[in-house]
Formats: sequence, C-alpha cells, structure tokens
Amino acid sequence: MRKSNNINWTKKDLLDLENLSKEEIELILQTAASFKEVSTREIKKVPALRGKTVVNLFYEPSTRTRISFEVAAKRLSADVINISTETSSVRKGETLIDTGKNIEALRVDIIIMRHNYSGAAVTLARQLKASVVNAGDGWHEHPTQALLDMFTLREKLGRLEGLNVSIVGDIAHSRVARSNIWGLTKLGARVTVCAPKILIPPAIEQMGVRVSHNIEEALAGADAINVLRMQFERDKEKAFPSQLEYFKSFGITKERLKSAKKNIIVMHPGPINRGIEISSDVADGGNSVILEQVTNGIAVRMAVLFLVAQANDYIKTKK
Amino acid sequence: MKLIIKNGHVISPADNLNDVCDIVVQDNKILKIGKNLKEIADNTIDAKDKIVMPGIVDMHVHLREPGREDKETVSSGTLAAIAGGVTTVVSMPNTLIPIDSIGNIKLLKGIIEKKAQANVFICAAITKERAGRELTDIMKFKKEGVVAISDDGASVDNTEVMLKALKKAKDAKLVVICHSEDKFLSASGVVNLGFTSTKMGLRGISKESEYKRVKRDIDLAEKIGAALHIAHVSCLESVEIIAKAKKKGIAVTADTAPHYFALSEEAVWGYDPNSKMNPPLRTKNDVLAIKEALRQGVIDAIASDHAPHTENEKEIEFERAEFGVIGLETELSCAITYLVDEKILDMGELVKKMAINPAKILGINRGTLGVGRPADIIVVSKDKEWVAKKDIFHSRSKNSAFLGKTLKGVVECTILGGKIAYVNTNSHK
Repeated sequence: MRKSNNINWTKKDLLDLENLSKEEIELILQTAASFKEVSTREIKKVPALRGKTVVNLFYEPSTRTRISFEVAAKRLSADVINISTETSSVRKGETLIDTGKNIEALRVDIIIMRHNYSGAAVTLARQLKASVVNAGDGWHEHPTQALLDMFTLREKLGRLEGLNVSIVGDIAHSRVARSNIWGLTKLGARVTVCAPKILIPPAIEQMGVRVSHNIEEALAGADAINVLRMQFERDKEKAFPSQLEYFKSFGITKERLKSAKKNIIVMHPGPINRGIEISSDVADGGNSVILEQVTNGIAVRMAVLFLVAQANDYIKTKK
Repeated sequence: MKLIIKNGHVISPADNLNDVCDIVVQDNKILKIGKNLKEIADNTIDAKDKIVMPGIVDMHVHLREPGREDKETVSSGTLAAIAGGVTTVVSMPNTLIPIDSIGNIKLLKGIIEKKAQANVFICAAITKERAGRELTDIMKFKKEGVVAISDDGASVDNTEVMLKALKKAKDAKLVVICHSEDKFLSASGVVNLGFTSTKMGLRGISKESEYKRVKRDIDLAEKIGAALHIAHVSCLESVEIIAKAKKKGIAVTADTAPHYFALSEEAVWGYDPNSKMNPPLRTKNDVLAIKEALRQGVIDAIASDHAPHTENEKEIEFERAEFGVIGLETELSCAITYLVDEKILDMGELVKKMAINPAKILGINRGTLGVGRPADIIVVSKDKEWVAKKDIFHSRSKNSAFLGKTLKGVVECTILGGKIAYVNTNSHK
C-alpha cells in the first residue's frame, strides 16, 4: 500500500457503517482531514486517483450527493462518468447485477451507487471485483453522509466521544439516521432519536439509542442536533402528522433553541424544507453548519474513494 | 424380485423397531423383518453401521408443475426428493395453473403418473384461483385421490368462506392446511418485524400477522369440528396458541420447516435472498420455542416447504427477490444436525415427525415398516458430514438457505415401492 498508516483500510467497498470498526471510521475521518486542504488550493487537484475511472450510478434522483462525489473524484484526478437510470438500459429491463457487470467490463474501478432498495449496494458488491461505494440504499444506510456529519461535528467541537447528539425527524425511513446512529455510537457519542411515534421504527433502542417523542427533551443537553428532511411524499396512508402540525410539535425554531445549549450545532443533510422541519432563521443562523457539511462532504468522499481504490489495488496485486 | 437390507439399525417406532436387523422386501411390499435372516434375494444392500428407516413423508412441497417448469418439474422435484430420503411428497396447489378443479387435478395426476420418481399426493385448493371467494368442488376431490386442501401462499381472508370450507372439508373427510397470514398485518413486509427490519431498513412482517390467523382458524375449526393443520409455524406465539388448543382437545396439528428450527433472523442480515422466506426467519427466542414445541409434540411434523426459484428471481435485490427456499435435499440432514445432535429429538422421534405423523395427518398408508406395507425405505449414514453446495442438488433450482453449511446425515440409498430408486454416488456426500 502506498501510504503507510497505523491502521490499514482493507475493504474494497464502503457499504455501511454498521460493519465498520471504530478504527476504520477514525481512519476515514483522518484521511478526510488531510484531503480537506486540497479544496482550498488554487489548483484544486491531487493525482491520487489519476488513471482511475469512477462511475456514478444513480437509480434515484439526487443532486447534492452525486455532485459531491463527482467533485471529490475529479479533485483526485479520476475520470468520472455519470449514469442516470432515466437514460440507461435499466429502463429496458436490465438487472442490477448485469448493469454492474457491464460497467465493470469497461474497466471501471469504482461504482458509486444510489439505489431505492435497501441492501442493493451489498448485493452489487458481492458480485463485482470493482469497488462499490454506497451513496444511499433505500432506508438502509447512507454512510458518507454520516461520515461527513461526524467530520463536521468533530471539526466544530473537537471530539465525538461523550457528545449528546439528537436526530430529529422521520427516523423510520431515514438511511441518514441509521448511518449516523452506527457511526456516532461506535465513536462514543450518545444518540437520541426524536420523532412522533409513527416515525420511530420498532426496537430501534437495540441500535444503542435513546428514543424521545418530545423535541424539548431531545434538545435539552444536546451538543448537536441533526434535523432530517420530512418526506411527506412517501406518506400514502396519510399517517404522518400534517406539515403544520409537525412544524408546531417538532420544527426547529429559534424559540425552541433558547432552551438548548447556547452553542448547539444544527445540522441537516439537505435538501431542507424551510418552515416544515426547520425555520429559516435557524437554517441560516449562527448555530447552523449546513453549508459546512456540504463543503466537508467533498473531503470525506475523497477519503472514501482514495481508501477503497487503494485497498482494491492491493487486493488485486495479491491475487 | 426380492431385496434384502442387511445389518442396518432399523428404526421404526410404529412397529416398535429400534435394533439391528434385516428387512426382506418382495415386489413392492415388506415381507419380513428379523435378525440374521437367511434369505436368498436378487439384491442385497449392506446397511452395516447405517440407519434404516421409513422413507420421509413431506407434506408441503412446491413441485411448480404445471406452469413453472423452469423452477421445478414433477420429475426434477421428485428426484430431489428421493435424493433427500423423501419417498412421499404432497404437492401444494399454488402452481401457475392452480389445482382448483377436477380438470386440473386430472392434468396433474397425468403428469405424476408419467414423470414422478417418488409418491406424489395432491393437495388441492380451497377456493377457485386461491382467491378466497368461491369454494372449489371439495366434495368431489377425495374421490380423485386428493389428501388435503389448502390455499397455500395465501390464507382465506373471508371468515365466512373459511367457515364454509371447513364444513365441507369435514364432510369430505379432508384435512385443511392453513398458510396462516393476515396480509393486511404483514403489509408487504420482507423480514421479521423488529430490530431486523429496523436496522436493515426493510418492511417487517409481524408475528401478529401469523398467530392471529392461527388463532382464528383454530377457533373456526373448533366450532365446526373439522381437522385443521397449521403449516410452517415460525413463532413462539403460534406455538402457544396451538398448545392451548391441543390441550382443549381440538383436532389441530402443525408442522414447521427446517429453516425455522435451524436459522434465526441473523441469517438475513447480509441481504441474502436465500434467507428470504414467508413466514420470515424469526428471533433466536422463537427458534428455541419451535424446538421445544417439536420436543413436546406441540408441533407434530417437519415439512420442507420446498420452494424452488430460478436464479433470475433470487439473485437480485433482496426486496425484489421471491420468497422461499428449497429443502427436499437438506431436511433430513437439518433434522439430524439441529435436532438429533442437539438432543431435542432422538432418531425414533425424528421418524415420527418426518414419516409417521405426516402420514397420519394425511390419512395415507405410509410411514411404517410393517409387514405387508409399501416398501418405502431409506438407508442413512447418520453421522457422515457434507457441505451443501449448488452442484450437489438434484432440484432444478438451487436456492437453499444452507449453502456452504456443513450438515450431518447422508442418504445412501432410497428404496421406493420395493425398488432401489436412488443410490448416493457423490464423492462429496
């Protein structure tokens, strides 16, 4: 391996945070810290992935994650191809595995995939020698989002261990929540999930979190709050509270933050629904790190792409 | 044609046999059983150090024919059966062309007559197209040789229709086999509801969706006095309801499949579609309850719920993959590995669960080694280990939940109707 770290990254894929060790997560965050500076240079590019080909394979619409990965790959000097399923042969009925194998046959090194089915990245990675990076699979995980949330938090507060972090919103259908829960708890943070009962999935306590149905309770003593986007469009049974009701009971407003720690960090994975889960004055206010999260996303994704590519090179030379 | 099986450890509780002895088979029947028989036979099988027992009766098998011959056929399915020591299977009615009419029963019987390599009995549908609305010709089914009725894959949701079905089944002297699932409660779930569904980000299938329907059907059967059989019991609560009903003297029986006593929900955490079945794999606690129910006799039988699917339908995204796994070629080994080795059952009790009891429930003349009975006999190396691999299976489909697992117990020889139907020649087995 090129860079010698104390701990080695040996996985060809990044599929989830559940199955990573604390040390592996630390390694990604450390690597991200060293890549962050690249984006501040006049020439925002390093040759780390020169000659590598990266494909963005997105089965769900996404702007910020796809662009973030694209920028990250380009700053590492990789060649990037974007495939949206709207225009590809997926529409002609090609299976996920066949699509993956065809992309691999083009000698592509890394496939970054967003998919609407939970577990799809695991399914693909099992079948391919190319690296697979999960850019969000169904309700399951969105590991790079959680990594950039953790990176931002640690940058702001200097540590993760012992922090109280509350995640508020549609926990049941959130891959961001699941990845954050695994990542934060592994690094020693205390996590509270807060939502109306209908949006808390069963037995989530077994993932190591505290459950609250009261936003004041979730804010009290919290060092940071991660506000999830409310996905009203998926509520076919009209079981969610109305948008107005939700904002009244769970919306993050300036008024509510008065009872919280003065320097509470406010995060949001975006895109934000102003006036539904968060008020504009909070989203744009002094506690918000929402845009810094976006910036940090580049460094974290550079680190992930770099580590999986390096590990896969090593795996291939060993064979 | 005379055949002698020499020096095997014969286990047949129905005949009080649990000793080393010889069995003589003439034509298709058992002629004689005893120690050191001096018999001149056309063929001798040396069963020294092996178990000799009645062929398995598997009361829940999907042969997929007619309609989905790409998954399995009567021929390939029954070949898999005899390779797994199963000499009798019950073919479930939820084929693409459903077995819901005399015409379709005759069609299937024709195929069985030409192609079957094991005994195949027919379970016909309760309602037309298994849609839960209009009853089939239940009264005429028995004369066609049908042994049970079921809308397997679905439960009869309409309680009134189920009540009428039970009345007719009682008159026709047919057992009703229930796939106990309230589809509104299971709500397009794919794994056990709880920690597993939550952490995997998948919709869950609650235990309520199963046991509430078990409870309803038992209540109805009690009212009518009909014979009811609960298929593929997967959870503690269902076990408790069945135990209570049996105590009360209600004519209810039950089976479970090997995956429900061998595997718990952890097996599904890697999104392997070969661990996706309905009902889903439950918690470790449920697995313990299933084992205990087998030990205590609350669960009467083991059936494979052999459900072949092609790779196109299985090796895809977990949520899209079909439910079900194959099981004919692993069920005996699973029972030995996970029940006999773990001292839940002894071999005699295993023969009861896999041969005698299912035959009794169905009212068929199988499951014993009595003189004059049909000579369906298997010879088993009980402690021989093998690794389940795709290329070992005879089934047309390879979707086993036990791929890669080391199992104990190898079927060396299967005798069907007095003839040697299968001999193990696989060097890996």
